[in-house]
Amino acid sequence: MRDVAVIGVGIQTWGELWEKSLRDLFVESALNAMKDAGVDRIDSMYVGCMSSGLFTGQEHLASLLADYLGVNPAPAARVESACCSGGLAFRMGFMDVASGMSDIVLVGGVEKMTDVDGAAATYALATASDQEYEAYNGITFPGLYALIARAHMQKYGTTREQMAQVAVKNHENGSTNPHAQYPFKVTLEQVLNATMVADPIRLLDCSPITDGAAAAVLVPLEMAKKMSKGPVIKVAGSGHATDTIALHSRKDITFINSTAVAAEKAYKMAGVGPKDIDFAEVHDCFTIAEICVTEALGFFEKGRGGKAVEAGKTAIGGEIPVNPSGGLKAKGHPVGATGVAQIHEVVNQLRGACGKRQIKNAKRGLAQNMGGTGGSSLVHILEVV
Amino acid sequence: MLTPPKYWREIPQRYRLEAAKCAQCGKVFFPPRLICDACKGEEFETVVLPREGKIVSFTEVHTPASNFSDEAPFAVGIIDLGNELTILAQIVDCDPGEVKIGAPMRLEFRKLQKDGESGVLCYGYKAVPAR
Ligand SMILES: [Zn+2]
Repeated sequence: MRDVAVIGVGIQTWGELWEKSLRDLFVESALNAMKDAGVDRIDSMYVGCMSSGLFTGQEHLASLLADYLGVNPAPAARVESACCSGGLAFRMGFMDVASGMSDIVLVGGVEKMTDVDGAAATYALATASDQEYEAYNGITFPGLYALIARAHMQKYGTTREQMAQVAVKNHENGSTNPHAQYPFKVTLEQVLNATMVADPIRLLDCSPITDGAAAAVLVPLEMAKKMSKGPVIKVAGSGHATDTIALHSRKDITFINSTAVAAEKAYKMAGVGPKDIDFAEVHDCFTIAEICVTEALGFFEKGRGGKAVEAGKTAIGGEIPVNPSGGLKAKGHPVGATGVAQIHEVVNQLRGACGKRQIKNAKRGLAQNMGGTGGSSLVHILEVV
Repeated sequence: MLTPPKYWREIPQRYRLEAAKCAQCGKVFFPPRLICDACKGEEFETVVLPREGKIVSFTEVHTPASNFSDEAPFAVGIIDLGNELTILAQIVDCDPGEVKIGAPMRLEFRKLQKDGESGVLCYGYKAVPAR
């Protein structure tokens, strides 16, 4: 297996981008990544997208996007694993380069979510749960995470305030991110008193509906050493794991086992442990998700994630900064794009290019992306070599 | 969209709570499946789920998907039926104070949703307090 490096990343400012189509979103980010990498051709590409069919009526997506990017007949594949489709696309690109099959691989993620109304978007997102035994009974994604939250509160004493602290921290971080959909700060009171979505989860505990795309260019490490103008960033570890997609089928609904298993694999490949990670971008689709994920990644013991955010351990400048970009919460969550956008942030942090939200001496970053309530998880570790 | 075959296929589970018991190791699956994840056995006998259980966790959904727009808000919970069997169901016919983790519930046959203006009327199980 060859060592692999990221030599370019691209994104746009996310939001409700009514003037931009699915294909425009993707091509804009892909071109930004290719310019950043300094490449004018690619050998293959992978696109993560959860549900272009339900959101826009478009399938057969990879070929369409390759056409509009002007790279036909390059091989192009769309991969889907709900909200971690982007993380999965990144892993496919990593495997393609590592195997020696391709040298220059473009990895992208995209979701165009605002061509349908809110209830239709909620329906499309609910297809990431078990259609026959979860969604059939009327449960939604905020509802499923509410079940996790209430169980976590009961089992470990996690509080509403601790959950709200995740939103306050991530909006604080995202307030200076030029690509964020909601770059504003929120107060604890605002989060605690926001509109109820699925008790105990309120509106400001949820990541938003977003249009957006992100992209990255992967090449063999040896090629990156010749091409890179700045720090050379190696993909040190990659892990991928699955679990039941039905939340109720799990023995412990408060522990995201697929993330724990994917992290174990990524740590092993990179030859490091949770203590060696300088910062992490994690899948805070809901505030409780970030708490559970920081436990599954081994940053904190089971049940201590809520107390950790309350103590400021996950803030920029804390023990292990989590979601310096603002996370899904402030940056937005165009589901298929999220996993690749996390890589965008990790790369820019490692380059020291994050301005006010820059983490000092960031040398090794982790990205964790998950599908549904954790039916699938991807963990990647990137480091400066 | 719920077409008649898609709906009809699940009737044994939704109307009668039919599960599958592995003939080799005895593990019970709901819904039934073709291979046992514990022992890899492929022979099953049909058994019926117990109707009584306890709440593992619950929520009240205020912003439902488009096919449940008329129902909100409604309570949903995970019900532990014992023997490592858990299902997700709406919780109905009770005061808010009665819905708590550990509360005893019973599964009953109810109408769940109507798929579109002229669509299929969908039935299934809902949980009510076991008083
Ligand atoms: Zn068996």
